[in-house]
Amino acid sequence: MSPRWTGERTGRTPAIRLRGLTKTFGSVNAVDNLDLDIAEGEFFSMLGPSGSGKTTVLRVIAGFEQPTAGTVVLRGQDVTAKAPFDRDVNTVFQDYALFPHMSVIENIAYGLRVRGVAKAERLARAQEALEVVQLRGFAQRKPSELSGGQRQRVALARATVVRPKVLLLDEPLGALDLKLREQMQVELKELQRSLGITFIFVTHDQEEALTLSDRIAVFNAGKVVQLGTPTEIYERPSSPFVAAFVGTSNIFEDALARAVLGRGGTNSVRPERISLHSAPTGESTISAAGTIAEVIYIGTATRIIVDLDVGKRITVLEHNATASVESRASVSDRRGERVHAEWPPEAIVALDSDSAATLGDAAPAPQGPVGHGASIAPATASKIP
Amino acid sequence: MRLSRLSRTVLASLTGVILAVMYLPLAVVFVNSFSTSQSLTWPPPGFTLEWWGRAFRSAGALEAILTSVQIALAATAISLVLGTLISLALQRYRFFGRDAVSLLVILPIALPGIITGIALNNAFRTILGVQLSILTVIVAHATFCIVTVFNNVIARLRRLGTSLEEASADLGAGAWTTFRLVTFPQLRSALLAGGLLAFALSFDEIIVTTFTAGAGVTTLPIFILNNLFRPNQAPVVSVIAVVLVLGSIIPIYFAQRIAGADGMRSRGTER
Ligand SMILES: Nc1ncnc2c1ncn2[C@@H]1O[C@H](COP(=O)(O)OP(=O)(O)OP(=O)(O)O)[C@@H](O)[C@H]1O
Ligand SMILES: [Mg+2]
Repeated sequence: MSPRWTGERTGRTPAIRLRGLTKTFGSVNAVDNLDLDIAEGEFFSMLGPSGSGKTTVLRVIAGFEQPTAGTVVLRGQDVTAKAPFDRDVNTVFQDYALFPHMSVIENIAYGLRVRGVAKAERLARAQEALEVVQLRGFAQRKPSELSGGQRQRVALARATVVRPKVLLLDEPLGALDLKLREQMQVELKELQRSLGITFIFVTHDQEEALTLSDRIAVFNAGKVVQLGTPTEIYERPSSPFVAAFVGTSNIFEDALARAVLGRGGTNSVRPERISLHSAPTGESTISAAGTIAEVIYIGTATRIIVDLDVGKRITVLEHNATASVESRASVSDRRGERVHAEWPPEAIVALDSDSAATLGDAAPAPQGPVGHGASIAPATASKIP
Repeated sequence: MRLSRLSRTVLASLTGVILAVMYLPLAVVFVNSFSTSQSLTWPPPGFTLEWWGRAFRSAGALEAILTSVQIALAATAISLVLGTLISLALQRYRFFGRDAVSLLVILPIALPGIITGIALNNAFRTILGVQLSILTVIVAHATFCIVTVFNNVIARLRRLGTSLEEASADLGAGAWTTFRLVTFPQLRSALLAGGLLAFALSFDEIIVTTFTAGAGVTTLPIFILNNLFRPNQAPVVSVIAVVLVLGSIIPIYFAQRIAGADGMRSRGTER
């Protein structure tokens, strides 16, 4: 973390503080009364379905959109009325937005150029950034001569070469193949840690969000429906929406829940917590008989669809490392097989069925930095180096 | 789409006839400028370069060319600056009366030249009280030359979107730096195309010119009109007409090529 900023104010001044942030387009509430604190040096991800307002939040933070209501505070300074070039944040755009008339190296050096860095130095630093994104030989190409993934990496290099304090990344790895994506994930995490940059990272890839982030905000219809560490989001989803959106969930409701789980309400069980046995083992307290309907081999694991006798179809995930060899060998034979699905009681997550309960609703007006910030202060702040 | 043999033949001949009606008279003027006959007779009795020689020794003709070029260049320059500023304002900012301004800017190209001419003549002489001169012609031409620049630039800005300008601002560039390093390079070919069209429009304009030119300001078209009915000048007029046609067509040809090349390029880079 940059020593320049630690210890200032309370030492806990968030890198970004959003209060009552609302952005309306016509009748659409793209962002709906959002309150959010993002800590210095935090890797913060936003997950959510298409159109849930993730890009709009980034655009308001960067200054491209004026919020309909609310404030944007960067490191204790209210920047709501400031122009984008007066804010110490940089963006990796969803559509790259590379300058078509400039070569790759000129694109990357642009931020340094407009800051008045001498030509030799800015080209050297741009070249360095180019190597980080593994595009060494591409310096003189024009953006139109690059593939989508290569353009995306140039956009990354262009935004990171200016060493921003806060980097907004809008699906920055979306166009990359799996291998490169994993490499870039490592590079990004490395960059973020070594330079102490605060990342706000928008992605559609849940695994990416779960593995990289300190905290995740799950968005729906312009609101944060759950905010927490990856473990909290995945293991303790607060609503059926989050349970269904992040990973796969088997949802048991009301009568069905009472029949199978022995309790009412809305409950979720993750597929990987369920195991299949030919006879009840007795060691798990929850057991339900059923018939295998479908077996889908997905490499590291096998997804098994089971029709329970109580009239519920569930998904079970069997890791191929732990599954017996013969069960893997005869994948298609298992269709129609009678099984007992079992899981421990602690695998059951009671869901708040009112999915509209959000952070935004809880705090309509800012109440001063300390008292209010405490309730939503980043849980991971202490974990950050 | 496949057409029958008959319809293809009919359409081809129709196209031929239309093109012939448009271009044969021009060809006649061209041929006449080399004809030994003085009175535009057809067919030409013989070939001579005398008229071209005479035209280029004629002080009046040369001066007319110079005047026309001066006016066209000045009107184009004014149009480029004002047209770009107006397009930027209308495309990048929201303000009261935006649609009205947009309409008012393109209206002059639709107005009958004679109305524009009379109106400007009145405005210059009686309301503003200025002497008609070459400057008044330049201002008058700029009123409609702006339209071609405006149309080209605003179409380009619309297609460009704001994301490049946002990226530039995001990287720390102020408004002027962004215009200089990002927006202007993207507009260059649109400005060239719009400027060439503006030049061509001004170069062959006659109606507005007659109402706004001061005494002694003779543009090429006015020179032609003045000399057309002097029998011994007819072949020289043909020469000047050819020059005028070339001066108008060549810029349009290049403007088209620029627009075409741009179309190709942007299609190539579209994701
Ligand atoms: N300039 C705009 N004008 C009108 N509506 C807009 C505008 N920008 C966004 N919206 C609307 O606001 C909502 C949120 O859009 P936003 O781009 O923030 O979604 P997103 O979460 O980034 O989606 P995606 O994952 O598809 O990128 C959408 O309903 C969208 O249609
Ligand atoms: Mg988006």
